[in-house]
Amino acid sequence: MLKLQNIETFYGNIQALKSISMDIAEGEIVTLIGANGAGKSTTLMSISGVVPPRAGEILFQDQPIHGLPPNTIVSMGISQVPEGRRIFPYLTVLENLDMGAFLRDDKDEIKNDIAYIFELFPILAERRNQPGGTLSGGEQQMLAISRALMARPRLLLLDEPSLGLAPLVVKRIFDIVRKINTENNTTVFLVEQNANLALKTAHRGYVMENGRIIMADAADKLLANEDVRKAYLGI
Amino acid sequence: MTIYQEIKKSLLVSLWFMFLTFPIMVIKVNTIEQTIDWHWWRLAGVGVGVFFLSFLWRYAIARKEAGKKKAEISGEEKVALIPRLMGNPRFYIPGLIAALILVVAFPFVFSMYQTNILITALIYVVVGLGLNIVVGLAGLLDLGYVAFYAVGAYSYALLNYHFGVTFWMALPIGALLAFIFGIILGFPVLRLRGDYLAIVTLGFGEIIRLVLENWNEFSFGPSGIANIPKPSLFGLQLSLQQSSIFIYFLMIGLALMTIFVVRRLQDSRIGRAWIALREDEVACQAMGIDKTRTKLSAFALGATWAGMGGVVFAAKTTFINPTSFTIWESIIILCVVVLGGMGSILGVIVGALILILLPEYLRAFSEYRMLVFGVILVLMMVFRPGGIISGVRRIYKFEGQNTIAENNNA
Repeated sequence: MLKLQNIETFYGNIQALKSISMDIAEGEIVTLIGANGAGKSTTLMSISGVVPPRAGEILFQDQPIHGLPPNTIVSMGISQVPEGRRIFPYLTVLENLDMGAFLRDDKDEIKNDIAYIFELFPILAERRNQPGGTLSGGEQQMLAISRALMARPRLLLLDEPSLGLAPLVVKRIFDIVRKINTENNTTVFLVEQNANLALKTAHRGYVMENGRIIMADAADKLLANEDVRKAYLGI
Repeated sequence: MTIYQEIKKSLLVSLWFMFLTFPIMVIKVNTIEQTIDWHWWRLAGVGVGVFFLSFLWRYAIARKEAGKKKAEISGEEKVALIPRLMGNPRFYIPGLIAALILVVAFPFVFSMYQTNILITALIYVVVGLGLNIVVGLAGLLDLGYVAFYAVGAYSYALLNYHFGVTFWMALPIGALLAFIFGIILGFPVLRLRGDYLAIVTLGFGEIIRLVLENWNEFSFGPSGIANIPKPSLFGLQLSLQQSSIFIYFLMIGLALMTIFVVRRLQDSRIGRAWIALREDEVACQAMGIDKTRTKLSAFALGATWAGMGGVVFAAKTTFINPTSFTIWESIIILCVVVLGGMGSILGVIVGALILILLPEYLRAFSEYRMLVFGVILVLMMVFRPGGIISGVRRIYKFEGQNTIAENNNA
């Protein structure tokens, strides 16, 4: 579904991604793990077009998307949950969800989707008229994921959903990610520092170091791998 | 906090002020007799005055905090009085009729002077609503907004001077030129936000003013352009008074049109994109909103109203020169928006009326005018940071709520 071929991305003169290649099949949960500054978020931003790659190809359903503006990429069905949640603080929960459906015109379907979201996260239904900024961190993460879902993505890009959240909340959010994946057949690309949980959730994983992919395998094999365990799981 | 602590703090503040103002309030050197007069009673006055003011200040802050806490506990934000009245048709409709009668009768009842300052205020209403798009809705701090006002004014003045273009032709041309200048300013600042954006727009405003001031062949420099014709009405010959009344009604019409268009824009797709841009640029992009187009459209559409305001301004004063378009003017317009209430149409209208009419009526105290102005601004920002009439965010309704409730029950 998504294919990255020899992607090179730069910030000014600094090369953040060095010839990254990746492959994500439809219906999969694929995770990208790695240390701080490895280039995980940059990979996501290259896909979503916020920081376009300088070289290489990105194919989404066999169509090249590198070089397209972010809004076009969203309209093709790739939705991003940005790092640090980035919900709209002064808009209510409902308005946040409504913004997520910015590119859609089908009012009735939007209503149904909001109802579905509220089923997924009942706490958001309770807080629907509360400004987003007054939610707790976990609720904000739920809202950020929900908002991305409102665009009805075929591919959901999640950037560190566990950032700054309590372990219990993190677990709940990962459960929901799996649920979204199985129920809607939404492909999920998950960037995480919490390697343990990410690998337990995902089908396949990539390990990144200094802008390069150093390992790619099925998630359970990575979990069992001695090097990965030492470097990222602290075991 | 106990009363005792409050008194102690106020006492400390007043002591500090007594110390600070000691040299200027107490010591008075008589240079003729080479003596020093000590005005000790003034020191006491300062002490007592500051003590009470400090107490009042603390009381007001405490009340504000208490109010906020109460609102948090009850779980609902208090909707301000005026939006609440506006929402109630029993007050809303008679209020609207009364306002309509007042607006229509105004120039016939009151003097020419009153009508003229109201025209000025109305120009600021239109221009303020334009800036409200940029600052209030899209959240882009624009300190050079007056440049577009100047573009409008000069486009009428120059086109009329060289080609005899009439007011009615100049109005759309001025608006269009301002629109184009808005895009021209928009491109370089696409990547900027916050303070950097403010500085660049400030520079842009100054560039326009300096060009107008120094390019004599083009704009006639500081001497400006005189004898700009007032707007015509089907070729009728209007007296000075009639023409003022005509401009007054023209401005009322323009203001109404502005209110209508801005309201429509606010509720439209592009309005939602502006709000998303204001709240969070990264998230705005993640929603699939075209950031470039959203920013440019905010600048361009905001500038359009300034252009129209400028054309009317030139027609009203019949004389323009660059001194009318200084940075100070930008700040006044920004104050109209911020003081009135960012993102609130009614707020901007009230803000414009207060900020433009108040200084006129305060002419008797002209020396203290700016002092009063500053004090009002400080007090406003402390006690009503949302502006006089803050935007009613609660108006957004989601029609699907019932269906969701049903779905949840089912």
